Amino acid sequence: MQVLRVTAMTRRFADLHLRINIKNPQGTQRLISKAARLGYSQVSFALTSNPSGDELAKLKAMCHDAKVDFVSRADFYPRSEMDLTRFLRKFRRQFEVICILCDNKEVARQAAKDRRVDLLNFGSLDYHKRFFDRAEAELASGCLAALEVDVKPLLVLEGPPRVRLLMSLRREVAVAQEFHVPIVVSSGLSEARLMRMPKDMASLTFLFGLDEASSLDTVSTNPAVIVKRNREKLSNRFVAPGITIVREDQT
Amino acid sequence: MKRVKRRYLALQVECEIQPTEREFIDAVWAAVTRLYGEVGASQTGLALISFNVERAVAVIRVSLASLNMVRASLATITSLAGKEGSVQVLSVSGTLKALFSNRK
Repeated sequence: MQVLRVTAMTRRFADLHLRINIKNPQGTQRLISKAARLGYSQVSFALTSNPSGDELAKLKAMCHDAKVDFVSRADFYPRSEMDLTRFLRKFRRQFEVICILCDNKEVARQAAKDRRVDLLNFGSLDYHKRFFDRAEAELASGCLAALEVDVKPLLVLEGPPRVRLLMSLRREVAVAQEFHVPIVVSSGLSEARLMRMPKDMASLTFLFGLDEASSLDTVSTNPAVIVKRNREKLSNRFVAPGITIVREDQT
Repeated sequence: MKRVKRRYLALQVECEIQPTEREFIDAVWAAVTRLYGEVGASQTGLALISFNVERAVAVIRVSLASLNMVRASLATITSLAGKEGSVQVLSVSGTLKALFSNRK
């Protein structure tokens, strides 16, 4: 009799937006240990200052000791289109994930149509400063950008501000789904006490209308796809999309 | 009448102090009420099954239809008994027997 073996597909979870102060190694260590304990296998940090190579190496070593995969990430707050392109030209090949914090419409539109941008983050709680509308989603769907949603405001806000934020998020998520823009849910936290297990973090997406499978994708598949794609691009074997060096001629 | 399907949740309580059973369930009810209002909270069928103070592990029962509501509400808990704390879902099961065997 033929025996079929089915291996359970286990999801690997990622939190691509932890905030740390690189000058505070104890706090950083605490966050990394907690992330590992809660079941994250990939973490990334939005650094408060420009890190040196030495500091990044230390961070990588801390993650390695805690058995979590370190993903390098750069966040940028561009003031204009020019500012954005200058930043991308300089840093795209140095970091695995590029996140653009969109504070004005000009920047948001340019970031959505630039294939070098991985994540679009609309951090403002002001309804008028969240530019993820249908036009933005259409541009992002033609490129590779994903919408990043931080859960921190959902944990720290209460009452009418949280209601307004949930309204905005519900609208943005519906637009993103309509245009097949991937959604990445990150914590955006700097305090270990507010960190949640990946499935608990995903469950917060029920508040703005995601179903169970999509909510789990936001903390596992969607970030993993971005990291994998960029690691391939940054490897020495990458030539162009679809072309990689398989073997080099030794002669 | 159609039988109500239920789910049991094992929860890990993390807090600066050791909250009592009353303080814990009050925090859960408050979180559900804040997010979904009194009508929404009344539809969850929430009940505390057990609370182990030493291990800070609680078991609650909710209706299957409101499982996602309760999970989202639990994730928003940031304080218990006036102190900073959080509640993490360890496992979810349809029966208490399976819940305890999964936990071992």
